[in-house]
Amino acid sequence: MSRHSLASRHFSQNLAFTMFRLIMLTVLAALGGILIYVFIHGISAISWEFLTSEPTNSMTAGGIFPAIMGTLYLTVGAILVALPLGVAAAIYLSEYATDGRALRVVRLGIQNLAGVPSVVFGLFGLALFVGYFHLGISIAAGSLTLGLLILPTIIGASEESLRQVPSTFREASLGLGATRWQTIRKVVLPAALPGILTGSILGIGRAAGETAPIMFTAATFYTIGLPRSPLDTVMALPYHIYVLATAGTHIEQTRPLQYGTVLVLISMVLGLSLVAIIIRTRMRKTKQW
Amino acid sequence: MLQIPEAQVIVGDNAPPVAVAPLTKRKVTSTVQEARIRRVFVVSGFFSVIIMALIVLFLFKEGLGLFSTVSVKDFLFGEFWYPTYDPSDFGILPLIAGSMAVTVISSAIAVPLGVGAALYLGEVAGNRTREILKPAVELLASLPSVVLGFVGMVVIAPLMQQWWDIPTGLNVLNASMMLAIMAIPTIASISEDALHSVPRDLVEASLALGATRLETLTRVIIPGAISGMGTGVILGMSRAMGETMVVLMVAGGAAQIPTSIFESVRPLPATIAAEMGETPFGSEHYHALFAIGIVLFLLTMGFNLVAAYISQRFHQKGAATL
Repeated sequence: MSRHSLASRHFSQNLAFTMFRLIMLTVLAALGGILIYVFIHGISAISWEFLTSEPTNSMTAGGIFPAIMGTLYLTVGAILVALPLGVAAAIYLSEYATDGRALRVVRLGIQNLAGVPSVVFGLFGLALFVGYFHLGISIAAGSLTLGLLILPTIIGASEESLRQVPSTFREASLGLGATRWQTIRKVVLPAALPGILTGSILGIGRAAGETAPIMFTAATFYTIGLPRSPLDTVMALPYHIYVLATAGTHIEQTRPLQYGTVLVLISMVLGLSLVAIIIRTRMRKTKQW
Repeated sequence: MLQIPEAQVIVGDNAPPVAVAPLTKRKVTSTVQEARIRRVFVVSGFFSVIIMALIVLFLFKEGLGLFSTVSVKDFLFGEFWYPTYDPSDFGILPLIAGSMAVTVISSAIAVPLGVGAALYLGEVAGNRTREILKPAVELLASLPSVVLGFVGMVVIAPLMQQWWDIPTGLNVLNASMMLAIMAIPTIASISEDALHSVPRDLVEASLALGATRLETLTRVIIPGAISGMGTGVILGMSRAMGETMVVLMVAGGAAQIPTSIFESVRPLPATIAAEMGETPFGSEHYHALFAIGIVLFLLTMGFNLVAAYISQRFHQKGAATL
């Protein structure tokens, strides 16, 4: 180190740090560029009618209301599947599990589940829910598939926030004679709730934006009216974008509708993520323990 | 409340009889109930393992059917993917090559950018800047893949075609750029966590000895965080390899072994997504797509296991191992 003068050492530091800064700017520019581009091209398509009416003229005009509702059904279904299972698994990991082979197996299972490609979840949903359980291509099959896909996200966020509850909380409750379950239900879970909520919102955002898992389990290009039962097929925003942009004879003609749909989907997904991030930041600042 | 005999209270295997206040019936039911509740949670804990097992089971159940007519060798190393021709060809070598091409090129873009962003967030940015920029990187992660596919297809592809005068903008390079955008947040946030977990006293010791911040970074912090950064890079690559919508919309879809980054490819996930919709349930083609699912599943699981191994094997155990 002493071979170089202090000045040259500081010069190389400035050089490196400037490079890191430029890299960060590039990454931000990619995000900002995409958002701004989509906003500029999509905003003209957005109107009250676009959001609340059905597609007309073989998809070349009209709105995307059924797709918005479909995405809503699918994500609500997914969270109904994933939230109870995910929180229960997190409670096991944080409150009951002890170090050992069983815990290692469970952790490996969750890690690998998180790494399974979304299209493989689609295949799995097709084989198990659509085929084996005879749910057909339906909201139910799609919700179950999406629910399993976001399960690791929910488990991760819930476990983290359960672990952040100080052990003194538990000891105080147990010391007063409460059982383990009473302690979890009345002390630990309420304290961990904001974190669990954040995780769920992130999970919902992820479920709303996924396309591959619902392609063969739930989504369809066009439905007449809204679905009437969980066993009906459904339109969904991400799938709507994919089909409008790649298939059909009016690809160029429907370009404004495509940008509009992309803008709606981005607003929904990023809006949810933003809410989750804000809740989390607030929580970290106000939490006293 | 009924009184119950003391003998039912079991304290331990060889516990001497101690004076225990007689339990009420209510307390006994609550111990039984506690045990039951515990069991429910243990089962929920194992649910992910069960799902993994079911995924393997159903992929193999539907996929192995192919190998009664096509040999494993012809499937993995066959150079022609003509599933709907008569006679059909189920060789996925071009598809594997396509997946490899986009994974490698996207990593070449995403690793420097992701690691650089992590170094900036972890070591250069002030606290307030970091508090704003970290969420921005997270937002990038939550961008739906179909949106990136759309942007690559509608915006980037025509530009590429114009600039370089190439036959199609839907090619390896375009798909890799879009995949890189998906992989960067994964790499950046895991790497940043790793940088953050290097013990502060080591950093301070290095600075106190007169090293500059860059010297501390390259000789103390990065060596200490290298396993975490490696994990992040591999998970980022795994994400790029398994990602579907981007390669479905942007990679061009030609089942060929690419010889340049301006050629179209048809990666594994894109093949499944593009063809499953038009395949009769239970046909040879249907089984072939599940067999591709098995290959994709094993490849990404390989990546994930390597990542898990690295993070365990080279895990920073206190200051002593530095």
